[in-house]
Amino acid sequence: MNTALHTLRTIMHPATRHATLAMMLLALPTAAAFATDAATIAQHGNGRGAPACASCHGAEGGGQAAAGFPRLAGLNAAYLRKQLDDFANGTRANPVMQPIAAALNESERKTMAEYYHRMPVPAALSKPVTRMPADHSLGARLALRGLWGKQVPACVACHGPHGIGVGAHFPPLAGQPAAYIAAQLNDWKQGTRHNDPLALMQHVSSALDEQDIHAVAAWFAAQPLAAKGTTP
Amino acid sequence: MNPRTAVCCASIVGAGLLLAGCSHPTPAGTVVAAPTRSTSGTHVAAATGHPPPGVNQNKALVFTPPPESAIPDDAFGAMVRKGEAIFTHTRINAGGFVGNDLNCSNCHLDAGRRANSAPLWGAYVRYPMYRAKNHQVNSFAERLQGCFRFSMNGKAPPADGEIIKALTTYAFWLSHGAPTGVTLAGAGFPKHGFVPPEPPSYARGQQVFEHTCALCHGAEGQGQRVAGTLVFPPLWGPESFNWGAGMGNLDNAAAFIKANMPFSRGGILSDQAAWDVAYFMDAHERPQDPRFTGSVAATRKTFHDTKMSLYGTVVNGHLLGSAPAGKTGVH
Repeated sequence: MNTALHTLRTIMHPATRHATLAMMLLALPTAAAFATDAATIAQHGNGRGAPACASCHGAEGGGQAAAGFPRLAGLNAAYLRKQLDDFANGTRANPVMQPIAAALNESERKTMAEYYHRMPVPAALSKPVTRMPADHSLGARLALRGLWGKQVPACVACHGPHGIGVGAHFPPLAGQPAAYIAAQLNDWKQGTRHNDPLALMQHVSSALDEQDIHAVAAWFAAQPLAAKGTTP
Repeated sequence: MNPRTAVCCASIVGAGLLLAGCSHPTPAGTVVAAPTRSTSGTHVAAATGHPPPGVNQNKALVFTPPPESAIPDDAFGAMVRKGEAIFTHTRINAGGFVGNDLNCSNCHLDAGRRANSAPLWGAYVRYPMYRAKNHQVNSFAERLQGCFRFSMNGKAPPADGEIIKALTTYAFWLSHGAPTGVTLAGAGFPKHGFVPPEPPSYARGQQVFEHTCALCHGAEGQGQRVAGTLVFPPLWGPESFNWGAGMGNLDNAAAFIKANMPFSRGGILSDQAAWDVAYFMDAHERPQDPRFTGSVAATRKTFHDTKMSLYGTVVNGHLLGSAPAGKTGVH
C-alpha cells in the first residue's frame, strides 16, 4: 500500500493525484474484499452451502465439456448476474444450480458474476475439442442461415459471428459443451427454462427437432474461441 | 437518370414489363413451389415464368425461391454467390459504395428471401417500373443504385459494374420460376390496409422500444457490434439509413416491424404498437437526405410531402432534418 502510494506520488500530477488517491482509498477495501471473496468462493465455496464453483466449472472457469458444465470465464457480467439471480429465485429451474445460487447472497452473486466476467478464456479452449461439422451440414445451416420456414433465424444473427456472444442478452455459444447447448435448447423447448427475454429462445427452440438440436449444438461446440482476453 | 429509390418496394401497381425470352443458364430444379392460384379460379402456370393472358395481377401468387443448395457450381453460380455475399456483407463486399454500418439483409431478411420483408424475388419481377419517387421508369439496376444511395447512405455503384451485376444475378436466380409483372404474395412490406388505430405516439413508441427493441438495438438505437462485426443494426444516427430511405416512411417501417420484429417473433406486436414504435424510430435524426436542397422546408416540400415522412416536421420541439447525424455519404 505504502509503496503503491509512493509510486503514485512520483508519477502523477499533484492535482489529479489527490482525486485519484481519494478514489483509490474509497475503492480499495471493496476491491480487496472482492478479490479475496470471489476467489475463495470459486475455489473453496462460501462456507454457507455454496460449494466451490471450480469443482464443476473448472479452476480456470472453462467448464467441463464431457459433463456438459458450461464455461463461465469471459461471459458478460450482466448475463451471469441474471442467471445467478434467476437460479436463486427459481426463475431458472435447475436442481444443481438453484440451491447453490440461493446459498450465495446478493452481493456474492454480483461479485461472482464480475469475477468470472473478468477471467480470461483459458488457453486450452482456443482449440475446440470436437471436430468441426462440414460447411453444408445441418448444424452449419441452422447456425448460419436458420430455418426461416419455421421463423427461426440464423443463431449467429443474435449470438454473433461463430456464436461468440453479444451483450447482456445473447451469451456465447462458441466452444460451450454440446451437451450443455443441447440441454438448454431442450429446456427452452419444453418450457422448463423460460427466463429468456421476449420468450425468444422458447419460440425458436420449439421449432427445432431432436436432430436439429443435436446438430446445431455440435456445430457451436466446435467453434474456436479467442485464446486471449474475454468474449463480450 | 436520377435513381431516387428506397429500401422498400412501393405499392405501385405493377407497370412491369415481361422480361421474356431470358436465355440465362438455368439452375436445375430450382422451382420448389409452384405459385398457387389465389382467390379466383384462375390457374397460373408459373413454372413457365409467364402468367397466362388475363391473369389479374392483383391476385397474390405464392412463390417460394429455390433453395441455396440449388445454386449451380459454375460461372453463373459463382456470380449468384457473389451477389449473395454482397447482400449479406455489404460493407465488406461493396465497401466503396456503403456509407453506414448496414447490410442489405438487415431489412431484407433471410438474405432477401423472406416474404413480407421486401424479398428480392418480389422486387425483381416487377422491374422495370415507374416510380413516383423520381417520376421515371426505373430499371432494376437503378432500383439497386437507389438502395445504396439512401438506405446504405452511400453512393450508387455503376449500373454496368460488377456489384450491380452480381446483385441482379442473385435476384434473378432467387426469382427463378416466378411470373413477371405481378405483385407476388409477400412482395414488399404488408402495407395494404395497414393503418394505425390511433395516431402514432412518440411516448407510447418509446415504451415499446424500451421493452421490445432495446435489448438488441441498444438503448440509444445504436445497434450492437462484436469483434468488429455488426450484429444488430443501428436504427438511427450516423450509422443508419439516411433521410431519403424508404424505411424513413412510417408506413414502410410500421409494416416491416409488424411483420418481422422482434426478430424471429414477427406478428406479436399490436398494430398500434408497430406504428408507435415506427414513429419513435423515424422521429430521430439520421444522415441528411442526399437530395437536400439547402433548406429543410424546401427539401420536405419537394421530396417528403407526405404525412408518412417526419422529415421537416417538429417532434418534441426539434425540427427533424435540421441537425442530421454525422457524416453524409462516402467520399
